[in-house]
Amino acid sequence: MGQTTAEKIFERHLIDKPFGNEVYVLRLDAVFCHEITTPIAINDLIARGKDRVFDPSRIKAVIDHVTPAKDSKTAEQGRIMREWARRHELKDFFDVGRNGVCHALFPEKGFARPGYTIIMGDSHTCTHGAFGAFAAGVGTTDLEVGILKGVCAFRKPETIKIEVTGALKPGVYAKDLILFIIKQLTVNGATDKVVEFTGPVIDRMSMEERMTVCNMAIEAGGTCGICYPDATTVDYLWPFISGDYASKEDALKDFQQWLPDADAVYAETRTFDVSTLTPQVTFGYKPDQVKDVSELEGTPVDQVYIGSCTNGRIEDMRVAAAILRGKKISDRVRAVVSPATPGVFSCALEEGLIKIFQDAGCCVTNPTCGACLGMSNGVLAAGEVAASTTNRNFNGRMGKGGMVHLMSPATAAATALTGVITRAEPVN
Amino acid sequence: MKSFGGNVLFLNRSDINTDEIIPAKYLTESDKSALRPYLLEDLTLEGFNPKADVQDKAVVVSRANFGCGSSREHAPWALEVNGIHVVIAESYARIFRQNMFNCGLLAIELTTEQVDLLFREYAGHATVMRVDLDSSILHVERKGRKDDILFRVSDFDRALVEAGGWVEYADARYS
Repeated sequence: MGQTTAEKIFERHLIDKPFGNEVYVLRLDAVFCHEITTPIAINDLIARGKDRVFDPSRIKAVIDHVTPAKDSKTAEQGRIMREWARRHELKDFFDVGRNGVCHALFPEKGFARPGYTIIMGDSHTCTHGAFGAFAAGVGTTDLEVGILKGVCAFRKPETIKIEVTGALKPGVYAKDLILFIIKQLTVNGATDKVVEFTGPVIDRMSMEERMTVCNMAIEAGGTCGICYPDATTVDYLWPFISGDYASKEDALKDFQQWLPDADAVYAETRTFDVSTLTPQVTFGYKPDQVKDVSELEGTPVDQVYIGSCTNGRIEDMRVAAAILRGKKISDRVRAVVSPATPGVFSCALEEGLIKIFQDAGCCVTNPTCGACLGMSNGVLAAGEVAASTTNRNFNGRMGKGGMVHLMSPATAAATALTGVITRAEPVN
Repeated sequence: MKSFGGNVLFLNRSDINTDEIIPAKYLTESDKSALRPYLLEDLTLEGFNPKADVQDKAVVVSRANFGCGSSREHAPWALEVNGIHVVIAESYARIFRQNMFNCGLLAIELTTEQVDLLFREYAGHATVMRVDLDSSILHVERKGRKDDILFRVSDFDRALVEAGGWVEYADARYS
């Protein structure tokens, strides 16, 4: 019987099946850590007298949710991370100044690879499946065991295959596509399952777009989103792997071992022709409550937010800047732009995008997750409404009593100009 | 074997998410017990008063996709430090469910019909539930009614609860 990508990865990383086929204990290629979910794991390991790490080269750590620290408690979380990283000589620890949103920063550093098993104490870890990896969000206890032992237990996931055919129209983006797909799957339609995204639309996407798609697999309950490694994956990773392969062709050939077999068995296969898809936006408190932007046009907003692990990468900055260039945002809104990593920030600076944002009246912040989950750098007041490029519209997500409409950077930028939800004109 | 059960809190809605169970602004705590006052603070549900209604409860009964959203283990911890060691629902988000068992807590899945019965016959009444893990039976009781409901906990989940959680289990088993 043929195997899906996840099944191949499981087979190659299996170290134990303690209860028949119920649970698979996998060897981990990487454990990613941030300062919100890791310090309690560190403290627990210390309390148990087991303050060790399984492999300092496979643990990658960042301070990203609240940075720089906003108060004594967040400063303490940073301190615990920092001292732990030093104590164990973690090579890849990204402290204030070198830090960015984990799911944007770690791919940029080449830490996600085809066939890898990755865990992190963060639900959007599914993002890294864009590289053909099995990457799953876990809680602090799984993270703790991952740090200590380099293993994690999973039920063998079934896979939903989503084939995306046709072509996205100009002005319709990866974010619109994934919002549309979540609407079809519903918020628990992929629970306990991996979602493989395939088809010509995905094939044509950049790695950044694929990350936007995989990032939101969890919003349908999915354990991991997966895109198949291809020449685009090789090109993106080439600076990090050129020493390992004689040529890009060799790398591609190696990566292709992770492609699903032609006779792989899927829980479900769905095909969407997205040629007529228009920009999408959420309207309620669940990420599957999605409508065409045209249906919500004119809805007033108080804050526009452009950033996050979903849409804070350079391609997102370019689209937003193209819409804001030479214009001013509406007096009725404030707009916050947070390039997701120092690399994105520098690139945006060199390309003149930061100036465009500032001239338009946007506040440009350092890279951080802060506003997305109402922790810092753009928290909503009760009753306020945000137009946001993030991934969750839960009640109060960006601030108690606040409401969030999820959308693409293009729609968010167009909305900033008018102060009401607005469909963007396509940009080149 | 640890004993599970006590007074029941009914939360009659699907898709109760981790932000509602414990808002992100409290994730800056480095100590689990500090989460105690904030459990379910952002859950708006008709007739539900977070502060008063979680008092003296040991079991939560809810609907489908309980614990969706974030990976934060602060959600099970916030339940645990309030004395709630059992959640009963039609289904769970994967990470939340795993987090519960990883902490040695119980996330029991029942059928829609069984959960319907619990809401129909018990919600609104002072209800006590006892979990007999050895025989896999939930004993539910209120004034004037009693039910015994058979449930299933997988071998792995049971092993985690018996070991006291995943750290204990993994530490004993993997070098």
